[in-house]
Amino acid sequence: MTIEQQSALPSESASGKAAGFLRAMGAVVWKDLSAELRSRELISAMLVFALLVILIFNFALDLDPATRREPTITAGVLWVIFVFAGTLGLNRSMAVEKDRGCMDGLLLAPVDRSAIYFGKVLGNLVFMLMVEIIVLPIYSLLYNVNLFNPGLLVVIILGSIGYVAVGTLLAAMAVQARTRDILLPILLFPVVLPVILAAVKASTGFLDGSEMSLIRPWLNLLIAYDIIFSAVAFMVFDYVVEE
Amino acid sequence: MIRVRKLIKRFGLKTVLRGLDFEVDQGEFVALLGPNGAGKTTFLRILASLSRPSMGGVNIAGYRLPDQAAMVRRRLGVVSHQPLLYGDLTAEENLQFYGRMYGVKDLSVRVKEVLALVGLTTRRRDLVRTFSRGMQQRLAIGRAVLHDPEVMLFDEPHTGLDQDASAMLDAVLQEVAARGRTVVMTSHDLARAADLASRFDVISRGVIGASVKREEIEPNDLLAFYRGALQET
Repeated sequence: MTIEQQSALPSESASGKAAGFLRAMGAVVWKDLSAELRSRELISAMLVFALLVILIFNFALDLDPATRREPTITAGVLWVIFVFAGTLGLNRSMAVEKDRGCMDGLLLAPVDRSAIYFGKVLGNLVFMLMVEIIVLPIYSLLYNVNLFNPGLLVVIILGSIGYVAVGTLLAAMAVQARTRDILLPILLFPVVLPVILAAVKASTGFLDGSEMSLIRPWLNLLIAYDIIFSAVAFMVFDYVVEE
Repeated sequence: MIRVRKLIKRFGLKTVLRGLDFEVDQGEFVALLGPNGAGKTTFLRILASLSRPSMGGVNIAGYRLPDQAAMVRRRLGVVSHQPLLYGDLTAEENLQFYGRMYGVKDLSVRVKEVLALVGLTTRRRDLVRTFSRGMQQRLAIGRAVLHDPEVMLFDEPHTGLDQDASAMLDAVLQEVAARGRTVVMTSHDLARAADLASRFDVISRGVIGASVKREEIEPNDLLAFYRGALQET
């Protein structure tokens, strides 16, 4: 077939491209969930780590019961747990792609590479939310704090989206390096600081029953961060993973 | 089918490919021979659109790299010394995953065909991490041919395989070539390349030093040809 004939082939329509994007994204999510359901490596590592941190804080913060129930303490400890357990998950999720050369397999597929990114983000988000769902009642029980607050759940979801959106991008970058385990937190924590700050402030606000007008700025910051960093990652992922 | 002109690839200050020219016609099976560090893998990664050229033109099946990389990838199947497979998925699941990524039609039927082609039908429900290196490499070929590509790139596919596994891999490679696909394979193993390829190119110091067709050379003379090409470049 000549070049002229090739260029005469009909180009893929916009709806076809969108369908291809969703198909590829769904395939990546399905692959990550299927592999994790079988091995349970990632979830169990995140969960064990999270439970250990809860216990360590339980002993380290040897405070009187009233102080332990302080909304500031609760929000701070919860987000420390989520952030550190999340880092473990992000590292592992990308290491799986790198170790057997599977990242090349993904990059060889004729799909928009941002579909791979969003597939990985969705997978990582599911794992992080699963850990959070298990951590919340355990924390609630050990610290005698009521965490079943719809506002808090919204903050946790928004904060997790922002954290995973940036984390997946930086994990894809860090995984290329030999020192990936050390590199990811060093790259990630400074960038994700606005998310942690906003999430802790908004969580504290919901836990101590503050007025919505005081919480709204932090929620807006979380939403803006989620949108901006998802858009940035969408634009730069192709360059991050390319040699 | 493949046209490469004045290809240069630099990594920082190091130049790996130095104005490489290369051309392959449809249906040819080219063995790319060369010592370690000659630039074989770098060259294949550029053809596979996994790495960008620093300078020069690459055209595969009428599409330019890197501008039309997605169109090229649709037409490429790649097998490297790493299997690019997920150990915690079964053979069937791995093929289903890659089939979805490539938008393969009638995927279930195609997966069955490919598993039969690489002789893994009876192991289709086994996890890939339980497979031997040879079986993983056969499944890797299955993954690469799943979307019926026009061009196949093999980067030292025999690495780490024992004699039996290599022989089985050769049979699959011959089957792939017999279906009229264009194949480029890098290899250190001259004897193996002599059995499979229709053309032999020697890459040395980042350029193609010499090229000869199968009908122009006796298999026994391939080693002398290879050494001569290395000395000249």
